[in-house]
Amino acid sequence: MNSLTDLTIARSRDGLDKGDFSAVELAEAHIAAVEAARDLNAFITETPELALERAKASDERRAKGAAASAMDGIPIAVKDLYCTDGVATTAGSHILEDFTPPYESTVTQNLKEAGAVMLGKTNMDEFAMGSANITSYHGNVINPWKLDDGKDRVPGGSSGGSAAAVAGHLALGGAGSDTGGSIRQPASFSGIVGMKPTYGRCSRWGMVAFASSLDQAGPMTRTVEDAAIMLQSMVSHDKKDSTSVDQSIPDFAAALTSNIKDLKVGVPKEYRLDGMPGEIETLWQQGIEWLKAAGAEPVEISLPYTKYALPTYYIVAPAEASSNLARYDGVRYGLRVEGDSLDEMYENTRGQGFGAEVRRRIMIGTYVLSAGYYDAYYVKAMKLRTLILQEFQQAFEGVDVMLTPTAPSPAFAIGEKLDDPVQMYLNDVFTVPASLAGLPAISVPGGLSDEGLPLGLHLITKPFDEETLFRVGGVLEEAANFTAQPSYLEGVA
Amino acid sequence: MTYLIEGETGDWEVVIGLEVHAQIISKAKLFSSAATEFGAEPNSQVSLVDAAMPGMLPVINEVCIGQAVRTGLGLNARINLHSVFERKNYFYPDLPQGYQISQFLEPIVGEGVITLDMPEGPRDIGVERLHMEQDAGKSLHDQDPKRTFIDLNRSGIALMEIVSKPDLRSPAEAGTYMRKLRAIVRYLGTCDGNMEQGSLRCDANVSVRPVGEKELRTRTEIKNINSVRFVMAAIEYEAERQVEIYEDGGNVVQETRLYDANKGETWSMRSKEEAHDYRYFPDPDLLPVDLTQEFVDEIKASLPELPDAKKQRFVNDFGVAVDDAATLVADKETADYFEAVADSGDAKLAANWIIQELFAVLNKDSLGIAESPVSSDDLGKLVGLIADNTISGRIAKDVFEVMVTEGGDPAQIVENKGLKQITDTGEIEAMIDALINDNPDQTQQYRDGNTKVTGWFVGQIMKATGGKANPQMVNELLKKKLGLG
Repeated sequence: MNSLTDLTIARSRDGLDKGDFSAVELAEAHIAAVEAARDLNAFITETPELALERAKASDERRAKGAAASAMDGIPIAVKDLYCTDGVATTAGSHILEDFTPPYESTVTQNLKEAGAVMLGKTNMDEFAMGSANITSYHGNVINPWKLDDGKDRVPGGSSGGSAAAVAGHLALGGAGSDTGGSIRQPASFSGIVGMKPTYGRCSRWGMVAFASSLDQAGPMTRTVEDAAIMLQSMVSHDKKDSTSVDQSIPDFAAALTSNIKDLKVGVPKEYRLDGMPGEIETLWQQGIEWLKAAGAEPVEISLPYTKYALPTYYIVAPAEASSNLARYDGVRYGLRVEGDSLDEMYENTRGQGFGAEVRRRIMIGTYVLSAGYYDAYYVKAMKLRTLILQEFQQAFEGVDVMLTPTAPSPAFAIGEKLDDPVQMYLNDVFTVPASLAGLPAISVPGGLSDEGLPLGLHLITKPFDEETLFRVGGVLEEAANFTAQPSYLEGVA
Repeated sequence: MTYLIEGETGDWEVVIGLEVHAQIISKAKLFSSAATEFGAEPNSQVSLVDAAMPGMLPVINEVCIGQAVRTGLGLNARINLHSVFERKNYFYPDLPQGYQISQFLEPIVGEGVITLDMPEGPRDIGVERLHMEQDAGKSLHDQDPKRTFIDLNRSGIALMEIVSKPDLRSPAEAGTYMRKLRAIVRYLGTCDGNMEQGSLRCDANVSVRPVGEKELRTRTEIKNINSVRFVMAAIEYEAERQVEIYEDGGNVVQETRLYDANKGETWSMRSKEEAHDYRYFPDPDLLPVDLTQEFVDEIKASLPELPDAKKQRFVNDFGVAVDDAATLVADKETADYFEAVADSGDAKLAANWIIQELFAVLNKDSLGIAESPVSSDDLGKLVGLIADNTISGRIAKDVFEVMVTEGGDPAQIVENKGLKQITDTGEIEAMIDALINDNPDQTQQYRDGNTKVTGWFVGQIMKATGGKANPQMVNELLKKKLGLG
C-alpha cells in the first residue's frame, strides 16, 4: 500500500511538504482512481481539469513556501448540494439536473482558499433525503464494502457518494452534510470517519437546503486526525448566514492528545433498543471498555426523551423541507415541464422533477404545517425538540462525552428496506437526537459485523466542544485499530 | 355627524378596519443588499437571495428594524423587544421563494393609536399591530398576449403592514386615517407615502350592521387600493352593496374583493373556500429579533415633532386657529413652509396667506408645496410687508400675483411698481378734506346717520391713491373728519 491514493490527508500533506510528490501527481492518481471506479457511481460530476488546475496552483504556492493550509493540494470529493461556481449542482435531483450556479458556497470557498483540490461532485440522496443513497435521480451509489454473496450494498446516506469516494480511496476527504445523520450513518456503513460539527460552526450559505435548522456541513475522512484537519478548512463565521455562530475556532488537530484520563463518558441507556443486533451491542460494550482502559470513566446516564427524537425529527425536517423546496417551481431555473395553466405547470414540473421520497416528505411537511394540524404536530414537535436539548444540557453537567452506536445495523443490500419508509427512517435513530440538539458528533469505525461489514461508534459532546470529540475519537480509533479494507480495493489493486 | 346608510329596514352602521402596507425607506432590501430605487429597469435590482437561488439565505437589514421601531413609536405603540419572522407559504410566479418572510404571531410592534381630526372633534383609532415583511415581485400580464413576465425588482423590499382595529365608521374617517398615517410616516422618514408608486397600499376590511347591534357581521376584504380617494369610494360602494344584500334577505359572504376604479365597483376575487392555507411557521434561516431597550430609547430620543404636537404648538405659540393648524401640519413640507413664512412676520397672517392664497395657486395647477412658484422666503417677506403696513392686504394680492407669474422679491416689486402704502397722515388728511369739500351731499348723508356712505368715501380715496392708502388709516381719519371721530 504505497499508492498515493492510499495515504491520509496528514501523510499527503507531509509528503507534499517534503517534496516526495507533487499536488499534480496526487491529483492525477485520484483522477485515475475516480475514472476507474465509475461502477460505484460515487460522482455525479467529475471535474478533472479543474482539479489539475488547482493542483498546479497548489504546487506553485508550495514552491514559494506559501502553502495555504494543511489542506493545500489535497484532493477531495464534494457532495453535490454545495453550490460550486460554474460546476453543475444537482442535489441528486432531476429538478436541478441542468443547474449550474454562478456562485460558490461558503464551505467550498473556504476549502478552495485552503488549497483543497475538488475532484468532482458526489452522488447523494435527492435533496439529502434518504439513508441509503437510493433516492438519487442519478442512481444508487455502491458501497465499496462487499461480501461474497454477490449483492451490492448501500453506502448509507445521504452523503453516500462522498462516503464511497473516501472509503474506495477515490478521494482523501469528502465534504458531506448532515441533517439527521447523513454524514455519520454513511461513515459507519463505509468504514470511515464522519463528523458533524456544532450547528452554526459551518456556514450553510450556498448549500442546497433540506431542513435549515438541522443542516450542517462536515468532513468525511479515513482518520480522526484527517477529519480535524479538514474541518479546520470548512468552518467560519459567515455574515451571510444568520445562524452561523461567531465562536473562536480552536486548532482541532491539536486536540488529539490521546489523553482522556478521568473524562466522564455518558452511556445513555435509552439507546439500547429492543431487537438491536447483538453485534451492535457487543461493539458498543467494546467501545466502553476501550475508553475505560484509556483512563476514562463510563457513566450510565438516562435520556428519556430519546424515544421521541425520531418522530420529532420526521415532523420538523419535512416541515422545513416542504417550504425550502417551494422555490423549485419551474419559473426561474431548473426543470420546467409546461402545462396549460400555471397550476398545471407547477404540478408537472414538481411532479416529474421530484422523486417519490422527496414528494412524500413535502406532503408530510405540508400536512404537519396545515391549519388544524399545526399545533398537534409542528408545535408539539418543537416543544419536544426543546425538551431533548434541555435533557442533553442536563446530562452534560455530569459527563464530558457520550458514546453510542452510530447506526442500528451494518450496510444493507440495495433493494432491502424499500417497502416501508419507516424502516428506512430507523437508520437515523442514534444520530437524530444530536442533530435536533445541534450538538457535535462523530462516527469512528469500531470494528466489523459478524458478516464482515464495518460498524461505527458514535460520540456526542457539548456545543462547540469539537476538541473533546476529536480527542476521544482519536483514542477510540487507536484502540479499535481498524485496519480492514473494503474488498473493492483488493479488486482494484 | 354619524355616517349611516339608510335602508328600508332602518339605519346601518359601517365598520371598517384598514391594513396598510407601507414601504420602508431603506437603501437595501429587507433581507438582501439589492437596491430599492423606484422605476429601475426590470430585474436590474435583484440579488441571488431575491431570486431565491438554491442555498441562498436571508440576512436581516438592521436599518429596516430601526425604521419599524421608529414607526411604532410614532404611532404611540408598544414595541416588542422580541419578535419573530415566519414564513407565509404560497405559490406564485412573482414569489421566488415560494413563501413570503413576514411576522405573524410575534410582530415587532403591538397596539398603538392614531388620532384623527374630524369636523366633529378628535377620534382615536386603535392600531392593532405593525409587522415587517418582504414584498413580492411584480407580474406583468400586459406585455404579451400569451405570457406573463416577472419583474423581481420589488421582490424582497421591506414593508411594514400596519393593521388598524375595526374602529373606523365612515369612508371619510377611513380617508382621514390614511392621510394621517401617511403624514406620520412621512414626518418620521420611514415611508415616502407615495401611493401612485405603490409605496403605500391599503386593504380595507368592511362590514355593516344595524345601528345598535353589538356583534360584528361578516366582513369582506378589498385588496390593494392605491389612493385615498379610492379607499373612500371603495368602502362606500362596498358598504352599500352589503346593506342591499342584507335588506334583500341575503347574507354577505366572507371573501376577498378588488376595487375597479373605472366602474367604481368592487368585485369578488376569491372566496373563503378558495382561501390559502399559508402554513406559517418560524423561519429557520433567521434568528428571532431581540432588541435592547437602549436601542428603542435611542430611536425614541431621535423622533421628530409629529403632526399632533406640531399642531398644538402652532395653536399655542402662534395663535393659529385649530382647523388652520390641522391643515398646515397635514404634511411636513407644508408645516415647514409655514414655519419659515411665520418666522419673518405675523404667524396668523402667514397661515391665512398659505391656506387662502397659496393653496389656491397650488391646487389650480395640482402642485405640491415643494413645487410652489413662491418660495417660503419670498412669501415671508410679503407677509412682513403687510404686517409692517408697507402695503395693504389688497395690494399684497397684486404683488403676490406678480410673484406667482413672474417671480421676484416682493419688496422689489412694490418698489418698482410704486405700490408702497401711503401712511403719511397729512397727505391722506388733505385728500379727505378735499373730498368732503367737493361732495357736500355725501357728507350730509353721513352726518344724517347713513354711515354706509363711509364705504363710498374710502373707495374714492383708494381710487385716487391707486389702492395705496392704508385703509385702516383712511377709516379712522374719515370718522374724525366727518365729526364722529
